[in-house]
Amino acid sequence: MSDEPLILLSGITKTYGDGQAAFQALKGIDLAIQSGDFVAIMGHSGSGKSTTMNILGCLDTPTSGSYQFLGVHVEQMSRNQRALLRRNYLGFIFQGFNLLSRTTALENVELPLIYRGEPVAARHHMARAALEQVGLRDWENHTPAELSGGQQQRVAIARAIVTRPVVLLADEPTGNLDTRTSREIMELITTFNREHGITVLMVTHEPDMAAYAGRVISFVDGRVENDSRNGEAS
Amino acid sequence: MLWNTLLLALRAIRRNLMRSFLTVLGIVIGVAAVITMVTLGNGATKSVSDQISSMGSNMLIVMPGQRFGPGSEGAPSFKSADVDAVRNQITAVERVAPMVNKTVTAVYQAKNWSTVAYGTSNDYFQAGNWELAGGRTFNETEERAGKAVCVIGETVRNKLFGRQNPVGSEIRIKQFACEVVGLLKSKGQSAMGSDQDDIVVMPLRTVQRRITGSQDINRLTVSVKDSASIDAAKKQLTLLMRERRKISDNEEDDFRVMDTRQIAETLTSTTKILTMLLGAVAAVSLLVGGIGIMNIMLVSVTERTREIGIRLAIGALEREVLLQFLIEAVVLSSLGGLVGIALATGASVILARLMSIPYLFDLGINLLSFLFSAAIGVIFGFFPARRAAGLNPIDALRHE
Repeated sequence: MSDEPLILLSGITKTYGDGQAAFQALKGIDLAIQSGDFVAIMGHSGSGKSTTMNILGCLDTPTSGSYQFLGVHVEQMSRNQRALLRRNYLGFIFQGFNLLSRTTALENVELPLIYRGEPVAARHHMARAALEQVGLRDWENHTPAELSGGQQQRVAIARAIVTRPVVLLADEPTGNLDTRTSREIMELITTFNREHGITVLMVTHEPDMAAYAGRVISFVDGRVENDSRNGEAS
Repeated sequence: MLWNTLLLALRAIRRNLMRSFLTVLGIVIGVAAVITMVTLGNGATKSVSDQISSMGSNMLIVMPGQRFGPGSEGAPSFKSADVDAVRNQITAVERVAPMVNKTVTAVYQAKNWSTVAYGTSNDYFQAGNWELAGGRTFNETEERAGKAVCVIGETVRNKLFGRQNPVGSEIRIKQFACEVVGLLKSKGQSAMGSDQDDIVVMPLRTVQRRITGSQDINRLTVSVKDSASIDAAKKQLTLLMRERRKISDNEEDDFRVMDTRQIAETLTSTTKILTMLLGAVAAVSLLVGGIGIMNIMLVSVTERTREIGIRLAIGALEREVLLQFLIEAVVLSSLGGLVGIALATGASVILARLMSIPYLFDLGINLLSFLFSAAIGVIFGFFPARRAAGLNPIDALRHE
């Protein structure tokens, strides 16, 4: 593992609204994340963990501070450059799955490949392989409505990893799932982290889920409260 | 990028079949209604103007009394001397056809048909723009002697002779036999809605002697040399008639001079107003169709905004998302527009036939309603998407 961090946040703040009604969600976040890490971000609602996640995923922009991804300053990028960063380096899993409704599993998984301009044959092959990896090879023609929550999240994982991203961002991936399914999903994510070297950033408020991560960062009130390796004393 | 985006757009249309169908339906109804209404209106206008030109232009019709029908009885009829006076004293006059008419029953073999016998002169055929489909008009001897000869209209031929050639046969009218010497070409309905072909034309004398039994003339049909002199001719004719009928200066005319141009203008403007009215009604349906589309689009804004959020999150560029929505809107609107045009063409052709008016393809209204519907589709399909695609991906994803 190189010493050059994959992600480097320094002095990130985020303020919603302005004037009297202004609310500062992030009060200066400094964070370095190494390539290949599995990081769990914990905290109560309103602690700023999701806001940080959205900024890391380039889904939202910070009010101030600097965000370097592989040494490149993301905060200076244009909308289109951030979209290309998401397209080529990032994969997302959401609590609410966020699959396209009435669209088959295969077409959902193909979607990022279409935006990457993969030819039809390669696209089908890659999407099927990804579905195979999440154990849904036989479900490719089913729409989200025909799949269970766990299966939907697997489709979402397949969609996120089909492009072999550098970073997988998971926002409460097990928030809508029962305990058994949650474990299955976590094991799947862990597999991609260990076997494919995909860096995982996961927001959760469940200590059970955070236990799968190698590093746990706790947020309180828009600041990093605790940052520890699992197994070390916190 | 265009090809991939086209694929995405078509997939989006396919997976929202109901929404796509309703959008298309809204456009189809609007477009079809406008085109059908305006096309039928144009056909009706054309049909009226055709009938007007079949009446003959530059024509004055002189009738006793101030109005058509009831009320005209009191005024005295014209006499042969009036016809000669008009012919000789008014310079702009080309022809004067006197006319007397009476409802009669015409009989041929076992068939009989109630029609109108017109007593007139050969001038009537020219002044009234009549052409012969067969046979001849009257000769001078027949006119002078009041011989029992007639020229019949298409309806009378059809009722008595079927498809047979009537020329040379004899039909019975009242108590006398009358030789058919000519057949008139069909003119169809008049602008007033009566059948112009339902006539038996005979020399004036024949009708006066054998049918009405008087020297009265009901009507003068006067053709004027050119349309520029029609107003002058009308004035002169009025003065002449007042003088001949001994009407003093403070009395009103007891006859009426109508000119076909005036009738034509009145009728044409009426049908034009009707076309505009129909067009306005149809425009309302186009608008309602548009509002329907707007509703469908607005209802689906939440779902589509989230969809846009997903697409942005997995790396779609804003312009790719916009292009996809634009293609979707254009495809649906064009489809609706084309189906609407096809439907309108079918409906117009069938309705025009049922109403026996000509079908006239109007490129302008087809284009206009197509473009309008396309604009509605694009505005309501594309602009909400444009707003959503401009959001931060996370805001689009969280849209409630």
